[in-house]
Amino acid sequence: MPKRKDIHKILIIGSGPIVIGQGCEFDYSGAQACKVLRQQGFNVILINSNPATIMTDPEMADRTYIEPITPEIVEKIIQKERPDSLLPTLGGQTGLNTAVALAERGILKKYNVRLLGANLKSIKKAEERDRFKKTIEDCGLAVPRSGYAHSWQQAQEVVKQLGFPVIIRPSYTLGGMGGNIAYNAEEYKEFIQWGLSLSPTNQVLVEESVAGWKEYELEVMRDCKDNVVIVCSIENFDPMGIHTGDSITVAPAQTLTDKEYQIMRDAAIKIIRAIGVETGGSNIQFAVHPGTGKLYVIEMNPRVSRSSALASKATGFPIAKIASLLAVGYTLDEIPNDITKKTPACFEPTIDYCVVKWPRFTFEKFPGTSPELTVQMKSVGEAMSIGRTFKEALQKAIRSLEIDRYSLDNKHISPELSTHQLKDKLRTNCWDKIWYVAEAFRRNISTEEIYNLTKIDPWFLNNIKDIVRLEEKIKSLNLRKIDAAMMRKIKEYGFSDKYLASLMGVTEPQFRKFRQSLDVNPVYKTVDTCGAEFEASTPYLYSTYEKECEANPTKKRKVIILGGGPNRIGQGIEFDYCCVHAAFALKEIGVESIMVNCNPETVSTDYDTSDRLYFEPLTFEDVMAIVDIEKPDGVIVQFGGQTPLKLAVPLEKAGADSAFICPWRKGDGGCL
Amino acid sequence: MKAILLLEDGTVFEGTSFGVKGQSCGEVVFNTSMCGYQEILTDPSYNEQIITMTYPLIGNYGTNTDDSESRKVFAAGFIVKENCDYPSNWRNTESLSDYLKRNGVVGLEDIDTRKLVRHIRTKGAMRGIISSNEFNIKRLEQKLRQYPGLVGRDIVKDVTVKKPYLWKKGVIDVLNNSQSMPEKKYKVVAFDYGIKQNILRLLRSHGCDVCVVPADTPAKEVLAKKTDGVFLSNGPGDPAAVSYAIDIIKDLLGKIPIFGICLGHQLLALALGGKTYKLKFGHRGANHPVKNLKTGRIEITSQNHGFCVDLKSLKNKNVELTHINLNDQTLEGFRCKDIPAFCVQYHPEASPGPHDSNYLFDNFIKLMTKRNPD
Repeated sequence: MPKRKDIHKILIIGSGPIVIGQGCEFDYSGAQACKVLRQQGFNVILINSNPATIMTDPEMADRTYIEPITPEIVEKIIQKERPDSLLPTLGGQTGLNTAVALAERGILKKYNVRLLGANLKSIKKAEERDRFKKTIEDCGLAVPRSGYAHSWQQAQEVVKQLGFPVIIRPSYTLGGMGGNIAYNAEEYKEFIQWGLSLSPTNQVLVEESVAGWKEYELEVMRDCKDNVVIVCSIENFDPMGIHTGDSITVAPAQTLTDKEYQIMRDAAIKIIRAIGVETGGSNIQFAVHPGTGKLYVIEMNPRVSRSSALASKATGFPIAKIASLLAVGYTLDEIPNDITKKTPACFEPTIDYCVVKWPRFTFEKFPGTSPELTVQMKSVGEAMSIGRTFKEALQKAIRSLEIDRYSLDNKHISPELSTHQLKDKLRTNCWDKIWYVAEAFRRNISTEEIYNLTKIDPWFLNNIKDIVRLEEKIKSLNLRKIDAAMMRKIKEYGFSDKYLASLMGVTEPQFRKFRQSLDVNPVYKTVDTCGAEFEASTPYLYSTYEKECEANPTKKRKVIILGGGPNRIGQGIEFDYCCVHAAFALKEIGVESIMVNCNPETVSTDYDTSDRLYFEPLTFEDVMAIVDIEKPDGVIVQFGGQTPLKLAVPLEKAGADSAFICPWRKGDGGCL
Repeated sequence: MKAILLLEDGTVFEGTSFGVKGQSCGEVVFNTSMCGYQEILTDPSYNEQIITMTYPLIGNYGTNTDDSESRKVFAAGFIVKENCDYPSNWRNTESLSDYLKRNGVVGLEDIDTRKLVRHIRTKGAMRGIISSNEFNIKRLEQKLRQYPGLVGRDIVKDVTVKKPYLWKKGVIDVLNNSQSMPEKKYKVVAFDYGIKQNILRLLRSHGCDVCVVPADTPAKEVLAKKTDGVFLSNGPGDPAAVSYAIDIIKDLLGKIPIFGICLGHQLLALALGGKTYKLKFGHRGANHPVKNLKTGRIEITSQNHGFCVDLKSLKNKNVELTHINLNDQTLEGFRCKDIPAFCVQYHPEASPGPHDSNYLFDNFIKLMTKRNPD
């Protein structure tokens, strides 16, 4: 079915300011939507109150309103612009809630505006937990046992049925705000009252706790002909009980057999149909009992979400762009796969690498906030890394975080910490638990015991154990004792030069020189959606230590742009904005742009923003390796905030002699 | 412990051995499924093939007693980037490397599997030898030269059952440890060219009483069993070389409802006078989009085939094309217009892979019901 003829003018609602639980991923999705819908000849009207976004650039929409995202304001815009359609599924929870309010107040009907993607009924089915529960149960699937409360009295009745611990989830809040786990009556009362006060509908769900179960997510797409594909599966490193946004997550799912994965896939397809998301993407979360495989459906987002951004970057399948095309009537088989060009988008990406997403916390900026992770999101940003193994991706993710940590070392753990205290720490959900897990292996605590304390799947734990065991071996060697084979193995495990140098008592440049003298250098592999089955036309690359390099650099004039890395307090989306514009400007003057970044929520890490994309940590080691292979005419360090700026001097010292030189200095006419 | 792979074009990959020590020749192919390695290893269609998994982390969930697709491992060798020796899954009973050892399979890990896959994609599937006890290239080359490859050879005879048997099991629900065993309403004879057990389980769960017979069972014998339908299974190798099976199918055409999968689809096409050819590197994975030409719907399918029916060769036959692969527009299924017979190239039984095409088993039941309305 080609493009719908009855749609001409589309209103897109953005997500407003960045808050915890709603980061810049909706600039990514909104920008993709605006771009592709305008290309398709639609008139696009945009409202967003966040000026630090690519989507609010004048050329992104036909009309852009930088106004507060409230139903009242949006009504005025509708009145003035008279769009025939509203696409509510790309602006996060804010966009969705606003659309719901407009529909419920009869405003959409009054002005004859139809909702694209998801209708009011399906949004309600997904978002209102009692309706959701009924829908899921009608599919023959299960949700955790639960009950609703609008008052403390009702809440007391509910908990009698369930027993402690229970999870309290206020309805209609962002990022699970107000969500908590209560282990006793005292906590319960406090959390219920807080939850009731936060919920716009004064309603909380009290749910049987599945803390400690394995957590999975599937990203699902559906078109108007009812074709459904799964874009990506995600397995959480952290068990249930920690908000997905605060969990380390891994793609694809690692510890499911095909039989179990297909049960989940079948469930996801049933759910998207039953909820009635007509077109576009949804995210569905599952809990799996580690001992029996029992499956619970936890929740569904009937819209593009943070996980969609991650899934897009993890697979090369541009979920927001395709969701937009599906919303205006295209079907999956009519949309080409941008990366292979020759095959259609109606397939399920297969990946031949491992992806790790790691949340970035800033507890030091919120004194008084408990650094415990719960079901309410607390992270302010995230980094993603790609490696050929989980071990490599994990260690790359650590240095992508830009928290001055480069390994799973115990530098931040007091040597006085007793093993007893260490075990206590493993029982808590502190943000840096993984470093304590590594320390536990150093102290020869068994995988089984660590599992019992943390409920982190033994597969993940044993991978960390492998890393710690190799680290012990490295510590027993001095630099000259390391031969090429050993060096290769160490680097395959993802150890950073910086950490290895510190273990060997040499400087990082010295270590790097020694490593290179052994001819151990990274190669670059392509993210191609298909496990190399088809040729990829898009240079979307990541580093690893293997044999064949696919970087294939051009001989064109080229400039590397260093991105901003994960969001943090004091560095939001504005630097990504600058980097994206640097890429656009380079395009205008005919210089090849090469983006380096590790933040999956951004426009800069879209494979079509720059000419070439390296999804890599922004450290000296990782950037310099790209400089070595690309031999650029310059490296732009001034647009990505503090992180790349700090790299200017080391890069220049290392011989990227043109580092920090902007193209205009070479006489290109001052376009920048 | 070193192991190497030598390809017929002289390319060598050196890595580490896992599974059993030894040497093994076969056609080197790749599979893009991210899970389901136990099903893949035990699929008889992989007879004489060395399988490379594109997903790098294999063995994570171990192996178990329910996920095998036949009586043993048929793959000639197994190549992965990183084998996992600490499987984690509630159904796991044995690690992948122990499983391969017990089944006598030579494994190779720690090579750049993506490089190998890109090599095969560009140069085409080719013969290779995997070795963990002999590293003299000359000697391995010699051995490899003696290996005839798949084209023109009947290797169905090596995998088919020797005697007929009755199939007893239904589809397993692994979460509730139960089987779907409805009342038996139809008698089906299944030709075993290398049949995957999930086909048999699905037939049983659709109410079929299934008798599995050797590939060379004469048509007369089959018809004498007074069955309601005949199933033509998947299997390994070059379909054109299995001439006896083609002749038997010719004798059955029009006399009884027929449903074929994979090799069964190719054999049916050949029996109708069509032609088959070898694909450059085949389709092996669980993500291939297939369009149902009748409904316009897309099915994400499980695939495993190196040979393919020439679409044009069916032009003047009395058949209707029903399914097409959207990646490369090759034929994925057809039905006969005048007689009760239909088939698909891909694997509706999944295992591993998506369940989107399960309805084809219902279609087989309908075809049998139409013929015998009771």
